[in-house]
Amino acid sequence: MVKEVKTLKSFSQSAEKFEGSHLLCPGCGHGIIVREVLNAVDGPIVLGNSTGCLEVCSAVYPHTSWDVPWIHIGFENGSTAISGVESMYKALERKGKYKGQRPKFVAFGGDGASYDIGFQFISGCLERGHDMTYICLDNENYANTGGQRSGSTPMGASTSTTPAGKVSFGKKERKKDLPLIMAAHGIPYTAQIAPNKWKDMNKKIKTALDTEGPCFINALSPCPTEWKYHSSLAIEMTDLAVDCLIFPLFEIFHGQELKITYRPRNVLPVRDYLGVQKRFAHLFKKENEHIIEALQKDVDARWEYLQRREEAKV
Amino acid sequence: MKNWQEFEAGAVLFPFEKQGQEELGKHNNERTYTTNSSFTASVANWRVEKPVHNKEVCINCFNCWVYCPDASILSREGKMSGIDYEHCKGCGVCVDVCPTNPKSLLMFDNLESEQEALAKWPQKAEGLKKKSYRTEGGYNGF
Repeated sequence: MVKEVKTLKSFSQSAEKFEGSHLLCPGCGHGIIVREVLNAVDGPIVLGNSTGCLEVCSAVYPHTSWDVPWIHIGFENGSTAISGVESMYKALERKGKYKGQRPKFVAFGGDGASYDIGFQFISGCLERGHDMTYICLDNENYANTGGQRSGSTPMGASTSTTPAGKVSFGKKERKKDLPLIMAAHGIPYTAQIAPNKWKDMNKKIKTALDTEGPCFINALSPCPTEWKYHSSLAIEMTDLAVDCLIFPLFEIFHGQELKITYRPRNVLPVRDYLGVQKRFAHLFKKENEHIIEALQKDVDARWEYLQRREEAKV
Repeated sequence: MKNWQEFEAGAVLFPFEKQGQEELGKHNNERTYTTNSSFTASVANWRVEKPVHNKEVCINCFNCWVYCPDASILSREGKMSGIDYEHCKGCGVCVDVCPTNPKSLLMFDNLESEQEALAKWPQKAEGLKKKSYRTEGGYNGF
């Protein structure tokens, strides 16, 4: 069971399951999201984890930050590891060897492990219909190895493998639309969450974990080190991201029914979001202005598309 | 403790001495951790600045608790009771999300004592608007 959090006062009484003294950078979004997921779960939970910032920083031998069963195998198979665990529990239950409460099965992966490297593994898990939830912590680059580009990096971002300079304006390709790809599997629940909306986050996590069958959640996780902003602005960044619609919040049931869960009262231009991060600083030169316009057009078109889908209920 | 060449592939670490499920029901400082739990380690040396909590101004909204990436805001029985300086890295997210006027959490130099910091607390500011991050002509620095 996942708690429904009505007030933060009641939420703050819950026991901590993700300990401090992990090695994530100060102000990292991963810690916020993982705590929100784990602290809301009552009862047993089993976690899988793909290689990435979260795994490397929370389990450095001889220390572990996890108070719940947690397994890490490789970069690409956080999802399949947890699907195996889920199958094992089902088999043990069938044979009568396990009589306890069935745990929740959750897999965490970074965007590198979800968008690129573990893509087919997640797809397989969703297609096989395991009772699990995959949570992608999307920080839009391979932050653990020094900020290389990933399939999730937005167009125009300067990363260590797509550096901006005299000739290049950073990454040339658009961001992959992972949630919609995953929803196309026809899974019961897909959602996008951002850490600044804790209530919305809790609602979606509750829905995903309590739903029987495979669910996919894409969480925006601001990264002070690679987006290059001051570590205290994690929540400001996500505010800007959801308000300028570069990261819209929506949920999809059964791959069919799309619901937009947050409509900003006043939509900010994408410019504002780009302006506070140094990885986009070069876009404000005269010769690169057309990239900002292209990004804005992209974001508007996608928002339009999501709204049409919501109206048409498909 | 073994060094890294001696330990077997697929190391298993146990954070608790006793039954995990029982321990999870308690608050952090009442649990019996093994030395394998990172709760027993400290990252205090990462800090340059530290947040200081002012009880007088605090309204117990727990924004800082939910947004702290390091689980270092101490809350007991629905009251915000301070900061866990063993695990705080001084990122400043808690100060940024604090809604009161003046803020009930502020960053101070790591070497400053709490009394000194509290004595320096600013008065209520008039006409305070939320900072706008609208940028004119590009990157606006930190």
